[in-house]
Amino acid sequence: MTRAKSLLKVPVVLAALALLYLGLIAGFSNNPYYMQILNMAAINTIMAVSLNLINGFTGQFSIGHAGFMGVGAYVAAVCSVFYKIPYLIALFVGALAAAVVGLVVGIPTLRLKGDYLAIATLGFAEIIRVIIVNIQKVGGPRGFLGIPPYTSFLWTYLFAVGTVIVISNFINSSPGRACLAVREDEVAAESMGVNSTKYKVVAFVMGAFFAGLGGGLLVHLLSIAHPTMFTFLKSVDFLIMIVVGGQGSITGSVTAASFITVVSEALRKFEVWRMLAYSLVLIVVMLTRPQGLLGGKELTWEGIVNVPGRLRRFRLPKVGGGRVGTAGH
Amino acid sequence: MALLDIKDLSINFGGLRAVSDFNLSMEVGELVGIIGPNGAGKTTVFNMLTGVYRPTKGQIFLRHGDGFVNLVGKKPYTITQMGVARTFQNIRLFKELSVLQNVKIAHHFSAKYGVGGAVLRTPAYYREEQRIHDEALKLLRIFGLENRKDEISKNLPYGEQRRLELARALATSPRLLLLDEPAAGMNPQEIKDLMEMIRWIRKEFQLTILLIEHHMEVVMGVCERILVLDYGLTIAEGRPEDIKKNPKVIEAYLGEVVEDA
Repeated sequence: MTRAKSLLKVPVVLAALALLYLGLIAGFSNNPYYMQILNMAAINTIMAVSLNLINGFTGQFSIGHAGFMGVGAYVAAVCSVFYKIPYLIALFVGALAAAVVGLVVGIPTLRLKGDYLAIATLGFAEIIRVIIVNIQKVGGPRGFLGIPPYTSFLWTYLFAVGTVIVISNFINSSPGRACLAVREDEVAAESMGVNSTKYKVVAFVMGAFFAGLGGGLLVHLLSIAHPTMFTFLKSVDFLIMIVVGGQGSITGSVTAASFITVVSEALRKFEVWRMLAYSLVLIVVMLTRPQGLLGGKELTWEGIVNVPGRLRRFRLPKVGGGRVGTAGH
Repeated sequence: MALLDIKDLSINFGGLRAVSDFNLSMEVGELVGIIGPNGAGKTTVFNMLTGVYRPTKGQIFLRHGDGFVNLVGKKPYTITQMGVARTFQNIRLFKELSVLQNVKIAHHFSAKYGVGGAVLRTPAYYREEQRIHDEALKLLRIFGLENRKDEISKNLPYGEQRRLELARALATSPRLLLLDEPAAGMNPQEIKDLMEMIRWIRKEFQLTILLIEHHMEVVMGVCERILVLDYGLTIAEGRPEDIKKNPKVIEAYLGEVVEDA
């Protein structure tokens, strides 16, 4: 894509986002419950997209995302409660702390593959939770109360958009392609000059950074941080979002994160039946579309506009491609 | 001028000596073949050259500027960045990625911007992406894959996958190219095309090529010098016509001649 063309897209996208934002505000602001759901959808979007960077794009199976969220949450909370640091800086410090933890955890554990890495990240997240439970200064098992409720929809929304932009910019670049190569075939990636360890760590640290940001936003929204908010089950929630949305699809993660947030709220009235319905939906998705709703693909304007054309081609399969000659002639 | 100098290269897997005292010196621009029965240790030599395996003993010297660098102990990606590229016996493409992306990844380490540049979309990002895009397309054109550029690489027919792997290896701008059984699974016509292509890329890209192959037609047809491995030992070395007549080679391939049968 040429630069002019991609720059032209920016104001269009910004205008669309601003309209959407105003629309959502106007539609829901008189109902705090709906606003809360929108906030949660935005935070879950941040979490899902950042986890997708690690799991979907770089192919490292991490199930400790709530651990990074917890680090970001508590560090940001400590910053605003004890040190009275301004909100945005507190969020940033929290995210940075999560990134540092990601680096420390990532360097030794990213040598592991598949199931082993999953178990290591799971263990790490539990360690974080147990540490938090044992620090009385931040409330220990009682939870950390009195965090100023600075998070508004403006911030969750802007940060969600920012996360999506940063991560998709990263993916569509040379370092991002290196991550994709590591996912596809580590041996081949190395033989193409890709330092696989480096890019695994880069993706892991970036993912941790945004998870920390999500944590900071969350506790400043609820004005409470509690160790039970960052358990293994929370990590699984994010994992479900990226699996349903499609590993390796940013638009898929955004869609699934928003969808799952809304659906699980909508099912709240059914109490016991909620988890049953939720599990059923997952089983159906896995049986019918194991690659997730979007697979590894992205929703694009061109794609949506082309739907009629694609349907036509589907009915009348065309013989594609010509015979291709070899080189040197 | 020597490009590569391998001295007494050996590797043990547990008690098994897979390659033993392998010696090879290659001049710039030479095309050398390694042949031998299955399990002779040919691919193991490649894996040691590219840093996948660490040899138990021996040195691998590669010309670097005016001097030589020892490749033993270097990581595979560093070795590639120093100008050694390879293809694999059983094709290892980035299967779920497009043909164009496969080649672009090989340009990865030449890109002059980092994670920051990528996220902030600096001018360097646009400049470099344009360059990588153009260079990748140029290579695809050479290999007749230009109109396949957006295809997912696993969907390509076998012959095109082999060509793509070769294009991808060349995208790392190597000086030394290691081809591991490039003719495997090809039909006679494809083999003929391949031989022509190997000769052509060698001239066009000024490459030194080391080749493993089972198809005698290919080895005898393109190589200037041949090494024969059997059970990890180099049993013969020489020009193709001499290798053909060498009794040790015939024995390794066909078995011992029984005198009074």
